[in-house]
Amino acid sequence: MTKEERKHTSARYDQELAEIKEKLIYLGALTEKAIEKSIQSLLGRDSDLARAVITEDNQIDLLDVEIEEKCIRLLALRQPAARDLRFITTAIKINGHLERIGDMAANIAEKAILLNEMPQLKPYIDIPRMAEIARGMIRNSLDAFVQEDIDVANKVRIEDEKIDQLNDQIFRELLTFMLEDPRKIHASLLIMQVSKSLERISDHAEGIADMVIYMVTGKIVRHEAP
Amino acid sequence: MVTTANNIIFELKQVNFFYGSTQALTDISMDFEKNRVTALIGPSGCGKSTLLRLLNRMNDLIDGTRVEGEILFEGRNIYNADNDPVEIRRRIGMVFQKPNPFPKSIFNNITYGPRLTGTRNRADLELLVEQSLKQAVLWDEVKDILNKSAMTLSGGQQQRLCIARALAMKPDVLLMDEPTSALDPISTAKIEDLIEELKKNYTIIIVTHNMQQAARVSEMTGFFYLGRLIEYALTTDIFTNPQVKQTEDYITGRFG
Repeated sequence: MTKEERKHTSARYDQELAEIKEKLIYLGALTEKAIEKSIQSLLGRDSDLARAVITEDNQIDLLDVEIEEKCIRLLALRQPAARDLRFITTAIKINGHLERIGDMAANIAEKAILLNEMPQLKPYIDIPRMAEIARGMIRNSLDAFVQEDIDVANKVRIEDEKIDQLNDQIFRELLTFMLEDPRKIHASLLIMQVSKSLERISDHAEGIADMVIYMVTGKIVRHEAP
Repeated sequence: MVTTANNIIFELKQVNFFYGSTQALTDISMDFEKNRVTALIGPSGCGKSTLLRLLNRMNDLIDGTRVEGEILFEGRNIYNADNDPVEIRRRIGMVFQKPNPFPKSIFNNITYGPRLTGTRNRADLELLVEQSLKQAVLWDEVKDILNKSAMTLSGGQQQRLCIARALAMKPDVLLMDEPTSALDPISTAKIEDLIEELKKNYTIIIVTHNMQQAARVSEMTGFFYLGRLIEYALTTDIFTNPQVKQTEDYITGRFG
């Protein structure tokens, strides 16, 4: 819990909450790494690296289950209320978002393997840019979670728009490739899926930021514009 | 506050209460709504039970106590000299922490109060016993043993009998002082269901140390600390997003 926070009468309860937080941060680091590697496997045409991302997703899945079980156990045994209740519901949701981000990284790696077998359609410019923003969003949303900082969370929510714009831009560009030359359709579609996966990752990061705002203020902002 | 004026049954205005020179309640102003369940929570010694007992003048029975401010029940100050405390306690019933049936038959437990206040007709009394026990969801368990001693019932049944006994006086309000603290989880669940059922016809004010119970049964919750009302709001708000730090520390188990 945060710095000036009062401790629970039960010290074990504090430990359990802290453990869940630590595990989530670790899960966040794993997913961020998975995105970095999946994009690297695409840019560097490194299919071995891509296969590693797919295999390592298993680790993310195991951690996802472990965190969820800890949260359920705490709900059952402690009956948390107020800020603890908001923390634990937030943790469950963040966990779900991170697990899905891991899946998206694996999806990107799968597409990279296929793309690496074809001649490169064009130099990748917007994809790495998107990936960089998306990773920053994950990192910032988790920082916001740890610091209970709604300003940082709100910035993450705004960042999502940039990703959407880049995704649209990539889509339009690839559309012109496909119109020009039907032989480029397969590669174009794969790149579009990569772009779409990154766009989804940023949606999940935004979801994490939304939950941080809920955790701090008690207000559900998911369906409100940032 | 989320109350509407015409629905208020109790209105407390700047109430102070003293046991001798010790002030137990300080400047309490709050309203209780009709046909609602209101929970009063707080650590031991915070004044919640004292407040509950003020609402039907139970504290009158303790020497050296003094009340300041106004406690309006349906607009009338219950501490006005011309009010009869017995009549007030008939309209505002109370259920205590430990089941306290009289050492009499189940039947006579229910009819004791009504007989004292003039209901003598056997048929009327029988009807009253059945109605009260049904309302307290005890009828099916005791209908064939009405002449047995109430002391043979289990703790949970005794407590429901005490609720039935209170209901037999046809009160408007039921005050409950930790009504399930001496009961097992099954009996507790039955009493909680009963509270849910009773609020259709009665106003219920409950003091409880079991926070989950307050969260489950009540619509409004007041948090007391050191004789003051710290926060009073919808129960869902108190338990998901309290506005005062002290409330939050208490209900999340960070007190002390």
